Amino acid sequence: MSLNYRCPEFLVERVESNCIECQACERQCANEVHFYDQDFEKMRAKDENCVNCHRCVVICPTNAIGIRKHPSEYKENHNWTAGMINNIQKQAESGGVLLSGMGNPTKKKIYWDHLLLNASQVTNPSIDPLREPMELKTFLGRKPSKLEFDEEEQIKDLPPQLELSAPIMFGAMSFGSISINACKSLARAASEVGIIYNTGEGGLHEDLRQYGENTMVQVASGRFGVNQDYLEAGAGIEIKIGQGAKPGIGGHLPGEKVGPEVSKTRMIPEGTDALSPAPHHDIYSIEDLRQLIYALKEATDYQKPVSVKISAVHNSAAIASGIATAGADIITIDGYRGGTGAAPTMIRDNVGIPIELALAAVDDRLREEGLRNQVSLVVSGSVRNSADVVKAIALGADAVYIASAALISLGCHMCQSCYTGKCNWGIATQEPELVKRLNPEVGFERAKNLIEGWAHEIKEMLGGMGINALESLRGNRLMLRGIDLTDRELEILGVKLAGE
Amino acid sequence: MVNRQEKVLSGCAISGILNRKGKKFSGREIIDSIALMHDRSNGMGGGFAAYGIYPERKDEYAIHLFYDDLEAKNKVEKFLNCHFDISVGEVVPTREISSIEDSPLIWRYFSKPEEQKLSASGLEEDEYVAQCVMNINSDYQGAFVVSSGKNMGVFKGVGYPEEIGEFYKLEEYEAYLWTAHGRFPTNTPGWWGGAHPFTLLDWSIVHNGEISSYGANKRYLEMFGYKCSMMTDTEAITYLFDLMLRKHDLPLEVAVKAVAAPLWSEIERMEVEEQQLVKSIRQVYSSALLNGPFSIILGHQNGFIALNDRIKLRPLVVAEDEERIYVASEESAIREICADPDKVWSPRGGEAVIGLLEGRSEIE
Amino acid sequence: MKRIYAKEEYCLGCKLCEVYCVTSHSASKDIIKAHKLESITPRLIIESSDNLSFALQCRHCDEADCTRACITGAMQKDEETGVVNYDEERCVGCWTCIMACSFGVIRREQAGKKVIAKCDLCIEEEAPACVTNCPNDALVLAERAEEEGVQ
Repeated sequence: MSLNYRCPEFLVERVESNCIECQACERQCANEVHFYDQDFEKMRAKDENCVNCHRCVVICPTNAIGIRKHPSEYKENHNWTAGMINNIQKQAESGGVLLSGMGNPTKKKIYWDHLLLNASQVTNPSIDPLREPMELKTFLGRKPSKLEFDEEEQIKDLPPQLELSAPIMFGAMSFGSISINACKSLARAASEVGIIYNTGEGGLHEDLRQYGENTMVQVASGRFGVNQDYLEAGAGIEIKIGQGAKPGIGGHLPGEKVGPEVSKTRMIPEGTDALSPAPHHDIYSIEDLRQLIYALKEATDYQKPVSVKISAVHNSAAIASGIATAGADIITIDGYRGGTGAAPTMIRDNVGIPIELALAAVDDRLREEGLRNQVSLVVSGSVRNSADVVKAIALGADAVYIASAALISLGCHMCQSCYTGKCNWGIATQEPELVKRLNPEVGFERAKNLIEGWAHEIKEMLGGMGINALESLRGNRLMLRGIDLTDRELEILGVKLAGE
Repeated sequence: MVNRQEKVLSGCAISGILNRKGKKFSGREIIDSIALMHDRSNGMGGGFAAYGIYPERKDEYAIHLFYDDLEAKNKVEKFLNCHFDISVGEVVPTREISSIEDSPLIWRYFSKPEEQKLSASGLEEDEYVAQCVMNINSDYQGAFVVSSGKNMGVFKGVGYPEEIGEFYKLEEYEAYLWTAHGRFPTNTPGWWGGAHPFTLLDWSIVHNGEISSYGANKRYLEMFGYKCSMMTDTEAITYLFDLMLRKHDLPLEVAVKAVAAPLWSEIERMEVEEQQLVKSIRQVYSSALLNGPFSIILGHQNGFIALNDRIKLRPLVVAEDEERIYVASEESAIREICADPDKVWSPRGGEAVIGLLEGRSEIE
Repeated sequence: MKRIYAKEEYCLGCKLCEVYCVTSHSASKDIIKAHKLESITPRLIIESSDNLSFALQCRHCDEADCTRACITGAMQKDEETGVVNYDEERCVGCWTCIMACSFGVIRREQAGKKVIAKCDLCIEEEAPACVTNCPNDALVLAERAEEEGVQ
């Protein structure tokens, strides 16, 4: 059957008087939307192919292009929305699982936006970060609950720590899910700013080894690219149990993305699908997790902190407490808005819980059990700006991972079509002609600027609160007030209502 | 006890005098010193800590208590009788002062932990007492433990500090260490328990400033069983020192470096050994860092520590003469009682001034 | 001297260098008018084959064949700036330089007088228009020792 039942999502609008027919849009669109019509002697567009990635909009030298939501509308229906209907049409065509890229876009409450920060007035001077020192240095790793000295009154060494110049890290994104140029941009930015990036489950490309001190190497259920060298190459090791975008399921990098470089880095044959199982098949319990944590510590001579990453789910607090006692040095919790290269839409949009609530609950639980000092707490899953970072720290996190925001700094325009492999920004693709669109010289600078910009803003906000070291904000929920939240929500967040 | 808030904002005056030889002197001088800084208070609270005042009962815990009413007193006395062997329970003597009104019932009990209870608890004596004190403060409506140390006592209330001193007849007490506080809360509540000093066991603290890290400090302390029930940042400072010095048995300089940590830029310039120590302190006790403006005098039976926040956002002046060390918010408050000290200086932010009795090498 | 170099590994083949070259060499200096009302010959060429592409401009050779081949002496290398340029008044449009250039970067000017069109390094500007406007920093203006003395 030839008829496509779906309406085009977007409409390409071209200001004819501006178009100079340079065809840059055509050359830049991997989705083959734009084309030059010889007969009409002008540019035309196949709207139905457009994913609204804005590459043409940005590249057009005369600002002649605009992309709009397609004006054709379904009859208004708050229940059967256009998205719902389109999804059904897609599945009726394909018989497959609906796929999506990036994080959950649905209209659910964003708790960050219901939290407000404090500032000093009169009784307590605010501090000007331009004139006074303002410290964001953060250490991730297990700390003893008290400082200990040996017989000679020398201080005993602390367990290994990751040192960050700001409480921000680049979240796990594998080489394979993103391009080598995106990896290079983030790794170099992390190294120049003094933070950490995370390899994701993609192994470590030769070209990235030089950034080892700023690397968190990930060990996930597929164990791709994991060997002794790999474990030793990074500053820390992360066991990935789950991901906020798709809690409870594994990963799948299609064979067409497994080119020679990905194949070498992941240590799998070229062109084969890289399947990460839903669970680790050697971890069916918390005892098994403990074994893996200690196996990794043994393998690296107890020189690297081990992090365990889980997605935020209903009983995260209990799970986190188990992870802490199992020996993890860092717990990472990824909220339900977290991004991904590809996830089944139904799972992405319906499984897991908001990171803000999970964070508050986990921090509370770890404190109740006296475990909070033993583990660092890192959160992710849609930290969108520096204020979100500050709120996360005030709720109780030691640091955050940012991934979507990092990709946006590299050019991503959130078209959420990563799974097609045709990323016009050279980020979520392995096609050489697309990959080269992201010049890592440009990319690293942009990612670095983002972190530096956020760090400046965090300092301003801290100074406003009369705080000059980040640790005095950590878990300091008195610096937060809620608006438009129920008593129960406030209770879970451990925050008072604005005005109280 | 009404008007309790999460955190009471305040600005203030503080003063302290230690005779290093342990010679005792009456409360008159400290009243004169704090009175000079009248304008730094607003009549919402004043108080004094005195060390060495109960020599004949120096082995017993002197528990000073405020009661709103007899009902509270009866309940707490039942608790005390159950957990302590009380040798004396008496009203703390006061005199009528026209401006001091609505005072609570003020009692003190000289006591030792009840032996069977103590051994059943498996706790050290001090920890046992500390837990009993925190239980009374958090669980007994209308009762408040003002102080609980040995051979020391705290006398505080709502009013200007000089009036409080008169009220409690402090000129009749003799101590080798006195600290005082005049309060200027920027929020309304003036409740008797909310005046400084705050105490736990031998520790007493007077504090000028506001701790913007309070929320972080409080939740950290709660992990170690402290209940911040008095809703003030000053209480949290007391507990932080108690945690580090008594429970964690840290040297004083370590505790000081935790609460007023050197900046990372300073740490980078330190010698390797010191650098490693301070770096570890900042990592392990990051939640003990006190942020925001403060000057404090932490009193103890062995002496005192006076400390500013690390960027010195509150005043603190120190002076010495042959036998004594003086600390105060303002130099004038020292000169009022010691016109010509041998030495006067203003310590730098984060630099602790430690006054010890002769022969004592450590505070705890 | 500073020359324009292409990093072909980052060249998108978008040809915006050409668009901005034309604009920069137009009378109007207006991107739309330059393309719709004037017909300017780009001063660079874009080589591409499969996924490889890069922009190529006059190399401003130290010993430039074009200057030797020029029959009127219109094509000269400026001793001061190093730019190989031509004098429009003296150019007779014989195209000998086009034949002599081993890089093929000299073209016939489509508009106005029948003279040649070649890169002048936008010498009046801070940087050449193609370099400034390359969306992926695939063109750079740089001094590279190993390229000095290029023929």
